[in-house]
Amino acid sequence: MSTPFYVSPQQAMADRAEYARKGIARGRSLVVLQFADGIVFVGENPSRALHKFSEIYDRIGFAAAGKYNEYENLRIGGVRYADLRGYTYDRDDVTARGLANVYAQTLGTIFSSAAEKPYEVELVVAEVGETPEGDQIYRLPHDGSIVDEHGSVAVGGNAEQISTYLDQRHQEGMTLAEALKLAVQALSRDTNGSEREIPAERLEVAVLDRTRPQKRKFRRITGGQLSRLLDAANGGGTEDAGSEDAE
Amino acid sequence: MEANTRSTGRLPAAFLTPGSSSFMDFLSEHQPEILPGNRQLPPTQGVIEAPHGTTIVAATFPGGVVLAGDRRATMGNVIAQRDIEKVFPADEYSAVGIAGTAGLAVEMVKLFQLELEHFEKVEGAQLSLEGKANRLSTMIRSNLGMAMQGLAVVPLFAGYDVDRGKGRIFSYDVTGGRSEELNYAATGSGSIFARGAMKKLFRDDLSEAEATTLVIQALYDAADDDSATGGPDVARRIYPIVTVITDDGFRRLTETEASEIARSILERRLEQPDGPRAALL
Repeated sequence: MSTPFYVSPQQAMADRAEYARKGIARGRSLVVLQFADGIVFVGENPSRALHKFSEIYDRIGFAAAGKYNEYENLRIGGVRYADLRGYTYDRDDVTARGLANVYAQTLGTIFSSAAEKPYEVELVVAEVGETPEGDQIYRLPHDGSIVDEHGSVAVGGNAEQISTYLDQRHQEGMTLAEALKLAVQALSRDTNGSEREIPAERLEVAVLDRTRPQKRKFRRITGGQLSRLLDAANGGGTEDAGSEDAE
Repeated sequence: MEANTRSTGRLPAAFLTPGSSSFMDFLSEHQPEILPGNRQLPPTQGVIEAPHGTTIVAATFPGGVVLAGDRRATMGNVIAQRDIEKVFPADEYSAVGIAGTAGLAVEMVKLFQLELEHFEKVEGAQLSLEGKANRLSTMIRSNLGMAMQGLAVVPLFAGYDVDRGKGRIFSYDVTGGRSEELNYAATGSGSIFARGAMKKLFRDDLSEAEATTLVIQALYDAADDDSATGGPDVARRIYPIVTVITDDGFRRLTETEASEIARSILERRLEQPDGPRAALL
């Protein structure tokens, strides 16, 4: 029997990380940002049925970039986790921090187990608070680490560049229309710096809206409502996003 | 297994296994012991004493349906609670009212709400109204063992059918038998009296405001003749819970709205204790 080649742990991990990153980079990036009344999720998604964003629980939303079947599996796992926890204890005991921990453990175990192939996904778990200070956004890369984010976050292939763009321009207390406009601008920039147009029907937009009277704060923004918001943002015209309110 | 939901460890394999969109199905595979229907009952003698909820009424009107309940829970001949809530939203377009053993019924409602919400989140679409009504049927059937020992739960389910564009009412028996009711329905100990009242007052062209008055009239008549049903308690400001479901979704009347209707009914009953009269022919 031949002896297997020695591969150093560092090398093995680096290979796995590269494999996962490449997989994630094949998908389109998406962004999650805070605005005055909550948290908005924006991404380019030609499909109407296969979502990148969804509701996990009352105040908690989920966004994912990468391989669909893998993040869909994690999403349903998260819904089951949240519903079971809320049923056994109380609805208030389901938190984004708890969920992010479970996801991190899950991704981390898979990433470092030699028997499984690493997941090619990058997740965002966000919880809207009573006030903007109470908002929580966690980014979960493929290796199971957790990054506590503030203001704005981008995941997916082109994430680094988009993040820098957002960090420079994102402000506290933006209206939904302003935040949406900034998100679309960030997403329409290509790696080489040129801009392209993303039509409204290719955008998937969802919000965690703290002003919603219902317990469940997640809602999708589609159709007429989306085009009205985009129009309002473009009507606000100037580079530095005017203070015009969304209709 | 229990520890998995508490610890911050990785998701157990069952959570990541593709399967049904039903939360109850998931529970029955992953943690069957916490499903109410799987509870092992010790053999008991006689009837177990537990608070009982009493009367729930529902009526349709063009464009929607109203579902209302009184606020009394009784245990034998004692009033166990004066301000119990027995009408709950099931989801955006439906509501459930419960008569029978209060503890079990409230638990059933909680699981039912979760079942509908879970399906909606996993599938990204709502169940049809029929689907929801059938799901409730399954839950009552799983409670049959308890029902045989006197711990029955008999709900009334009402919702707005978005496909058909109208309000619909479903009633159940203890075995989970489901039947759709035309126009109005009632369940619980005061239901016979409430049904009598609605039979005389119902018209199929009622407005939403008239329909809410109708159900409170019916609850008044139920309380008038059934000792287990509570009437409007003006001294303690406890009024019936009235919910309205239309294509705008579920809405519960505020305390002020409910009290206004209840007070105007009381006022009229001071002059006419038996309430509005129907024509003889």
